[in-house]
Amino acid sequence: MTSIAEHPAQASGLDDAPFVVAGHTFRSRLMVGTGKYRTNDEMVAAIEASGAEVVTVAVRRVDLDRTKDAGILHHLDPKRFFLLSNTAGCYTADEAMRYARLAREAGFNDFVKLEVIGDRETLLPDADGLLVAARELAKEGFKVLAYTNDDLVTALRLEDAGCAAVMPLASPIGSGLGLINPFSIRTIKQRLSVPVIVDAGVGTASDACVTMEQGVDGILMNTALAEARHPMRMARAMRLAVEAGRQAYLAGRMPKREIAVPSSPESGKLGG
Amino acid sequence: MTALTITLNGERRDVAGPVTLAGLLAQLSLSPEAVVVEHNRRIVRRGELAQQAVAAGDVVEIVHFVGGG
Repeated sequence: MTSIAEHPAQASGLDDAPFVVAGHTFRSRLMVGTGKYRTNDEMVAAIEASGAEVVTVAVRRVDLDRTKDAGILHHLDPKRFFLLSNTAGCYTADEAMRYARLAREAGFNDFVKLEVIGDRETLLPDADGLLVAARELAKEGFKVLAYTNDDLVTALRLEDAGCAAVMPLASPIGSGLGLINPFSIRTIKQRLSVPVIVDAGVGTASDACVTMEQGVDGILMNTALAEARHPMRMARAMRLAVEAGRQAYLAGRMPKREIAVPSSPESGKLGG
Repeated sequence: MTALTITLNGERRDVAGPVTLAGLLAQLSLSPEAVVVEHNRRIVRRGELAQQAVAAGDVVEIVHFVGGG
């Protein structure tokens, strides 16, 4: 008996295609946010355990009364992580574009996670505002990753607008309700050419696994880790779940049947 | 030396002038590498901070990256 580890060729048969967004190859299909952690140490430990390369950050005013350690770059090395700045909290296309331009000036990359929020209670996206901002920012050379709802037509329009990736929600931001409409997400993935990265709503590892099983290219999550009782352990669970879901998708699941089919031979049974 | 009243991150503030944006960051003990500056709604490149003078009544925003999702 030899193990798979002794047969690199066999092991490589399980390799996945690289995860590429706008020509940039990322080592993990799991992207994580940096908000809402109880402490910065807990955040860093969770991000390490998640294996994520892409981490999202927000643009905010420097607090002029205590400038010592508020910035996220005091805790995360921008050489080790790919900083994906967001336009969270923006309610108009103009506001989102202003934030995107400020973020790009920080000088790390020209990627932006574009959010234009349309409703304060549900934080659901404003499709019109998104399209206006996405078109303009793409024209300015931004690699736009657009946070959107799970509507196929909006997703197609965002792709046409020049987005580098489309990020439909599993369920509302911070809700932890999991993947509410697998059909929509699957349809969006099947119809778009650009990467589809599910953003928001994943609450626990099974949600991440089921989401990846729809065939999407990646997942971005924040609250599921930050608000877990043990963020580092949940981050590890999410890393495994994203990998498991991805492998299951690539493996191709068996058909669902509403009848039992025996797994052991019917023939060769002992006579009565 | 004169005091200039400007709007800095949404608040009225007196700063010692004459001063450039680079000088303003120095007064605030902020490193130019750690922040991005918007001057009267125009983003100022790091290389231009030392050339841009601050005038009374200017609106200056100084931002950086914080945790977010």
